[in-house]
Amino acid sequence: MTSMTPPQSGPRSTLLAPPRSRPLSLNDPGLRALLWQLLVGALVLLAGWTLLHNTLQNMGRLGIASGFGYLGRESGFAIEERMIEYGPTNTYARAYLVGLLNTLKVSALGIVLATLLGTLIGIGRLSGNWLVSRLCGAYVESLRNVPLLLQLFFWYAIITEGLPGPRQALTLLPDVFLSNRGLKLPAPADDPAWSWMAAAFALGIVVTLVLSAVSRGRQASTGRRLPMLPIGLGLILGLPLLVLLAFGGAGLDTPRLQGFNFTGGVTLTPEFAALLFGLVTYTAAFIAETVRSGILAVARGQTEAAHALGLSGGQTLRLVVLPQALRVIIPPVTSQFLNLTKNSSLAVAIGYPDFVSVANTTLNQTGQAVEGVAAIMIVYLSISLALSALLNWYNARIKLVER
Amino acid sequence: MTLRHWARRAGVCLFLLTTAGLSGTASAATTLDTVKGRGQLLCGVNTGLAGFSNPDSQGKWTGLDVDVCKAVAAAVLGDANKVRYVPLTAQQRLTALQSGEIDILSRNTTWTLTRDAQGLNFLPPVYYDGQGFMVNKALGVTSAKQLDGATICVQTGTTTELNLADWFRANNLKFKGVVIEQLDELLAAFFAGRCDAFTSDESQMAGVRASVAPKPDDYVILPERISKEPLAPVVRHGDDQWKDIATWTLYALLEAEERGITAANVDQQTKNTDPNVQRLLGVTGDMGKMLGLDNQWALRAIKAVGNYGEMFERNVGKGSPLKLERGLNAQWTNGGLMYAPPIR
Amino acid sequence: MDRPALPPPAALRSSPLHWVRRNLFSTWYNSLLTLLILAAAWTLVPGLAAWLVGHAVWSGDAAACRAEGAGACWAFVAEKWRFSLFGTYPVEQHWRPTLAMLLVVGLLLGSADRRLWGRPLLLLWPVVLLLAGLLMQGGVLGLETVPTYLWGGLPLTLGLSVVGLGLAFPLGVLLALGRTSAMPVFRALCTVYIELVRGVPLISILFMASVMIPLFLPQDVTVDKLLRAQIGLVLFAAAYLAEVVRGGLQAIPKGQVEAASALGLSYWQRTRMIVLPQALALVIPPLVNTFIGFFKDTSLVVIIGLLDLLGAAKSALTDPAWRGFYREAYLFVAVIYFIFCYALSRYSRHLEAQLSKGRRR
Repeated sequence: MTSMTPPQSGPRSTLLAPPRSRPLSLNDPGLRALLWQLLVGALVLLAGWTLLHNTLQNMGRLGIASGFGYLGRESGFAIEERMIEYGPTNTYARAYLVGLLNTLKVSALGIVLATLLGTLIGIGRLSGNWLVSRLCGAYVESLRNVPLLLQLFFWYAIITEGLPGPRQALTLLPDVFLSNRGLKLPAPADDPAWSWMAAAFALGIVVTLVLSAVSRGRQASTGRRLPMLPIGLGLILGLPLLVLLAFGGAGLDTPRLQGFNFTGGVTLTPEFAALLFGLVTYTAAFIAETVRSGILAVARGQTEAAHALGLSGGQTLRLVVLPQALRVIIPPVTSQFLNLTKNSSLAVAIGYPDFVSVANTTLNQTGQAVEGVAAIMIVYLSISLALSALLNWYNARIKLVER
Repeated sequence: MTLRHWARRAGVCLFLLTTAGLSGTASAATTLDTVKGRGQLLCGVNTGLAGFSNPDSQGKWTGLDVDVCKAVAAAVLGDANKVRYVPLTAQQRLTALQSGEIDILSRNTTWTLTRDAQGLNFLPPVYYDGQGFMVNKALGVTSAKQLDGATICVQTGTTTELNLADWFRANNLKFKGVVIEQLDELLAAFFAGRCDAFTSDESQMAGVRASVAPKPDDYVILPERISKEPLAPVVRHGDDQWKDIATWTLYALLEAEERGITAANVDQQTKNTDPNVQRLLGVTGDMGKMLGLDNQWALRAIKAVGNYGEMFERNVGKGSPLKLERGLNAQWTNGGLMYAPPIR
Repeated sequence: MDRPALPPPAALRSSPLHWVRRNLFSTWYNSLLTLLILAAAWTLVPGLAAWLVGHAVWSGDAAACRAEGAGACWAFVAEKWRFSLFGTYPVEQHWRPTLAMLLVVGLLLGSADRRLWGRPLLLLWPVVLLLAGLLMQGGVLGLETVPTYLWGGLPLTLGLSVVGLGLAFPLGVLLALGRTSAMPVFRALCTVYIELVRGVPLISILFMASVMIPLFLPQDVTVDKLLRAQIGLVLFAAAYLAEVVRGGLQAIPKGQVEAASALGLSYWQRTRMIVLPQALALVIPPLVNTFIGFFKDTSLVVIIGLLDLLGAAKSALTDPAWRGFYREAYLFVAVIYFIFCYALSRYSRHLEAQLSKGRRR
């Protein structure tokens, strides 16, 4: 970095530890360390106390209420997108909960989709197809180098402007409508067939898990594997399908155009779609880079050895390269997941009612800035800590076990 | 401990001190003295609201709210350009005023009891607004009561959002809200057809229809007004002199319109024999002195921004792309609410 | 790294047809992908080109842009580029921020050359920044004073980023040293701080800076809005830089520290002369990536009402005469951000290649 000055010799260098004859000397490194820590600790406490004192004094002077008492009051504002029942007569606490669930929803979906897209693009960058690798390269460079906020503004404009109104909605499939009010899908209606199908789905998963254990045992003893992919897919998807046929169909709540809008069914709103799309495409660009470097970090000999053992290209990638690459990939991807979750707070700019957006409205109405910002921080901190604990646990599990 | 060691520590302290030095101090003196001492009026405005406060292509702030700042600066400091505009978001505006970051807040703020009680003082409204609905003509809606089940675009962080929920609740109707903080983002969504109706202050809707709508004739504003929105400048509690100065500067602009005094003719009007005009322009009487200013205060304000009517027409009325009607904001003599108490 | 280890045989290299077969149609799925991409390009590119160039309106007023069938309204950018780039800075003085930016960008380019790295360059930075600041602020050499509240646009974005990094970097190094320190109080304080800041979104920190700092301070002290945002950004960036630096610190073998102690060097001497130079050299590429992220993140100051590059462009959209051209405005801003970030990320990759080459030897 910088040119270094030669180490200075002379009286200032304390070559030897001071003689033990004066145990309470200021030259004792242990004592000095203790004093410094005490001093800094006291300063931090003092600063914290001063800030608190000032804040309380200012709030008293300005007549700003303090404490979280407002949580129990009626919020008075509506939130359209919600996973639980909520109306303007509900409390601020409930509004917070609605916002929190919305944040969790978009983050969880975003993480899954960004991982898939990012992995695809990361592999695509290493593709032998010149067009694919160039396109993936261009994708990564253009999305990584423009602020996410700007991209969100852009996607939202594109979605609302590019799609037709509800009365001219595009019919993608029967009962699936796409318009600038969002994507309308049929939802399961109240029908016993659905619970039986759910049970069949669960059964399919259990059986698949058992069979894959059997398959592993067989591979260990005979070297051959069961064709797990078709068997698993057949069980997990086929069983519910059989139930559906047995019942002769299940009731659906289909969206219908009524008055101004579609009613019935479930909706994917444009705000949610724009936020999800923006977060996924942006984060995928970073994940793609991590995946690429992770794959490149696996020594070439590994691939060659796998080929020599007669594994196909897909098997090599799945059984040899990716498991090793994962060890390199997981830690940086973890921080991308955390980034995605934190970036979901930009929802406030395009109207998706995430936690920050709800807290912001509340802050505006109650004027309780300290509590509002504190609530945001506590919530995100908890999410971050929980997520990183989960991923650390996973990371520890897949870590290379050395002798 | 070596000398260098301490020198480094001193450097850190010096840095902290410099940082502290960069922060100004608002002394406990009266706002008038502070403003005069500073030679500049600190005026909080919107970060961008067409016709009320928006920067032009040269980066100069313009608009009705901005003209209020200019008028007060002209009255107090003698120069309409001695204003420092502080663009503020909806969350920041009240704290900024309370903490002394600005002297006056002129940022389309609705006068409500809650806000008035939060240590603030509202001046006379510079714009009487009301919340309404705008819809696409193609929907065939003629009354807001027909909006049951509609999707409605609304700005967050304002009283608009609360009024909307209240009104629908009172009328036992349902709606779906699309809530966006930035007006222009919201407008783009509305004109793209994201919502059936757009709700906002009437001033905004009319302006938006004239200047943003792809085809203005395709949109109608429904007759219902679901709220009263007197948009008024705000000052801090506890400095009555400053409140009087700002209040009477606004009244002087109203009075000027009533008496036919304009920016162009204000100098000739000093020769007017009407005693009302003479008192306003400081030819006779000691009106300005009573406020703690000099007697030419109103003359300077009028010269700087024109009378209220001129301000209105230039920024939001006929002379602007917004083309708003005077409506409630006409002089009381024309059936509006603009009414200046006697200046005597 | 993308290249195969050996160059292809001469026969393959020579013919373009072979290149196409090898690179576009090597297997059935590669052929399918190629065809799909070409089909997508066939449908999308003409419409996009027509909007961007063909039907674009290059000059005139908003009415010309709103005409039926008009494409992109570059007339909007022609009218508003000055405001977007410089915000409310007085128009007749625009040469000053331009010159200031050129100075800073020039120094950035100069710092890209590793041969120039050293103490003189390090000392040149504050000097040039001070010079740029003086140039913008004025009040000396007969320059008209332009106070900070008039600053905006790109100079603000650059200023917030460069000054923010300049202040956050030493703080980040101190935090990283604290977190790896043997003293439990320092370690605890630094760890808590770093994890706290990294666990919350930047906008919550900016909210705090914009609405809570006024409440934190005694009644008669106010801090400028710009400075508040800068404080928030510095506190944020320091935590992230600290983690990057910590990565480097942990990669230094213990023997280095022990050897230095054995030579009688004090903690600060060891750190300054032995540990930090090695640790920082190790983490230069991730540092540059953090810089890029921070540069983009400064755009969030829009949310607290500052007129940075993105904020000024958004504000330009509220001119009653020119409303509704946000696609053009955002594209304009995106291109500027892209130029800066792309250049930096290319540089980071180049640096990484160079440094790892050196290390492999």
